[in-house]
Amino acid sequence: MIENRPLATWFSHAILILGVAVVAFPIWITFVGASHDAIRMTQVPLPLLPGDQFFINLKAAFVDGVGNAKEQSVGIMMFNSLIMAMMIAVGKIIISLLSAFAIVYFRFPLRMVFFWMIFVTLMLPVEVRILPTFEVVANLGMLNNYWGLTVPLIASATATFMFRQVFLTVPDELLEAARIDGAGPMRFFKDILLPVSRTNIAALFVILFIYGWNQYLWPLLITTDKSMYTIVMGIKQMLEAAEEAPEWHLIMMTTLLAMIPPVLVVIGMQKLFIKGLTETEK
Amino acid sequence: MARVLIENITKSYGETEVLHGINTDIQEGEFIVIVGPSGCGKSTLLRMIAGLEEISSGTISIDDRVVNNLEPKDRDIAMVFQNYALYPHMTVFKNMAYGLQLRKFSRKDIKKRVDQAAKLLQLEELLDRKPRQLSGGQRQRVAMGRCIVREPKVFLFDEPLSNLDAKLRVQMRLELRKLHRRLKVTSIYVTHDQVEAMTLGDRLVVINAGYAEQIGTPLDLYEKPATLFVAGFLGSPAMNFIKAQISADGKQARLSDSVQIPLHTGSADCGGKEVTLGIRPEHFSLTEQGHSTLPLTVDHAEFHGADTIIYGRLPGNDELLTARLPHIHHISQDKVLHLTAAPEHIHLFDPASGKRI
Ligand SMILES: Nc1ncnc2c1ncn2[C@@H]1O[C@H](COP(=O)(O)OP(=O)(O)OP(=O)(O)O)[C@@H](O)[C@H]1O
Ligand SMILES: [Mg+2]
Repeated sequence: MIENRPLATWFSHAILILGVAVVAFPIWITFVGASHDAIRMTQVPLPLLPGDQFFINLKAAFVDGVGNAKEQSVGIMMFNSLIMAMMIAVGKIIISLLSAFAIVYFRFPLRMVFFWMIFVTLMLPVEVRILPTFEVVANLGMLNNYWGLTVPLIASATATFMFRQVFLTVPDELLEAARIDGAGPMRFFKDILLPVSRTNIAALFVILFIYGWNQYLWPLLITTDKSMYTIVMGIKQMLEAAEEAPEWHLIMMTTLLAMIPPVLVVIGMQKLFIKGLTETEK
Repeated sequence: MARVLIENITKSYGETEVLHGINTDIQEGEFIVIVGPSGCGKSTLLRMIAGLEEISSGTISIDDRVVNNLEPKDRDIAMVFQNYALYPHMTVFKNMAYGLQLRKFSRKDIKKRVDQAAKLLQLEELLDRKPRQLSGGQRQRVAMGRCIVREPKVFLFDEPLSNLDAKLRVQMRLELRKLHRRLKVTSIYVTHDQVEAMTLGDRLVVINAGYAEQIGTPLDLYEKPATLFVAGFLGSPAMNFIKAQISADGKQARLSDSVQIPLHTGSADCGGKEVTLGIRPEHFSLTEQGHSTLPLTVDHAEFHGADTIIYGRLPGNDELLTARLPHIHHISQDKVLHLTAAPEHIHLFDPASGKRI
């Protein structure tokens, strides 16, 4: 709409600003909370303006440790989360690319059986099959390590389906031209299919990274060793301080830090991500 | 350059056979056009030559080597697709170089060949662009370039001009012709456009519903169409077909009680038969009323600048006939024109089999 009506412009801006404020307010509160000391955070009313403790709290999070016995370093938890999120995102993308490639481009016996087997797993997210999955992971000796944290979450069908759809939109002639040019199946995959789907891969990476980063239930089950805790778990546990009041200033600081990697991923991949969701030209 | 021999090729998808035994012998350096209406199986035939489609029976050989079971890349062919199928993420240079890279050509050779092809096709300025930054005609040329750099034995084209606008199509047609004269690579070209076929082909293969109706030079096909189908398919406006009975001595064709026209003297052995006469619109000429003229009641006329197309009916016949007369004629509706056609331009077909008599 290209109209020049000051009132309408004013009004729509007001709505937009209000929307931004609603979304941003909790983040602001988190930031404010992270910049006060423990005592101020137990007094009512809660502060709305930042205090002067931000860097002290930051040091507490990284150096002194958080949690009940102050033994947990936010740095280690973030590192664990980062590894978990990366393994889930990258693992899922690799596996689904390959399985979608097989399903779309190869005619092998029982192809449709495999297709439906993958399809069925759509209806069985980790939360539903949590007990048998735990059993399997435990028997494989994967408790308390990165494999146990990630492998069960990697196996899922959503990404396979997405890539199947993407590959189906790639014109057959591209494959045929590549065949005449002399490309074998894996060459075609590497030289043509991957670059052509690169925006979709980026979009999926963003989604899966955040999905992996935010995992809570599964890491809670699979890790008992504190050195394997993830950040989301860590925050939850800090809230459950047994005797004392929760240390809100540190919780807020940790939360703030936990938001940073997903935000960085989104910002870094924004251009590709949006292209991946909107682009249709192949 | 190579000879391509197609023997008894059939193709079935499941139970349905879509090609029923095609035979063609394509000579070295020849430009062959496979032409036919949509769905007749032209692309299927071409794709079998390329190795993209399995051959149900029969053999295809390129230079005396049976290629039935060879992968496309081992057949030494190159193909231009209807939608060009350029690799969207590669530059023009890379698009052309890709096939050479896979064949392990040295960097220097690749550069040399691509530059040469680019020069030939006037793509030098565009080598760093991506396909999406090119116009339709430029994309078409890149697709050609991708074939040329490989220096294959056979070029295959599947309706490469059908995505271009009319003017560009005429221009590219000319360039294709020039290119072929220069490179002299055996080319097989599929199209449904009869004008394209007539102007490009050294010889045409006319396919209808999976059968090769006739194979020959454009002139052959125009002057001596072997079947009703070929007669009606080639030429624009299309040939007129009129039911008639041949007189006992074979010298006259009776169109109705009042209309008789003389025939060429070669048609004696079909005396007394029911036939279909075929007369091309451009072979009619205006004349004075006479014994053996066709009285055409004008329905309407179209002016095409250099000539006028007249649509009208013969007495006792409801079908519209077309006549193409040179110059501009202002003719009002329902006027009766008297037309003749030289006997040697009158084709006779057996109405049952559709074959030429
Ligand atoms: N994969 C397939 N399975 C079944 N039938 C097919 C398949 N591919 C093509 N056909 C049939 O084979 C026939 C020939 O198809 P083909 O693509 O060769 O036609 P064409 O002459 O190239 O037509 P057009 O000018 O429209 O491209 C058609 O009747 C089509 O329906
Ligand atoms: Mg076709």
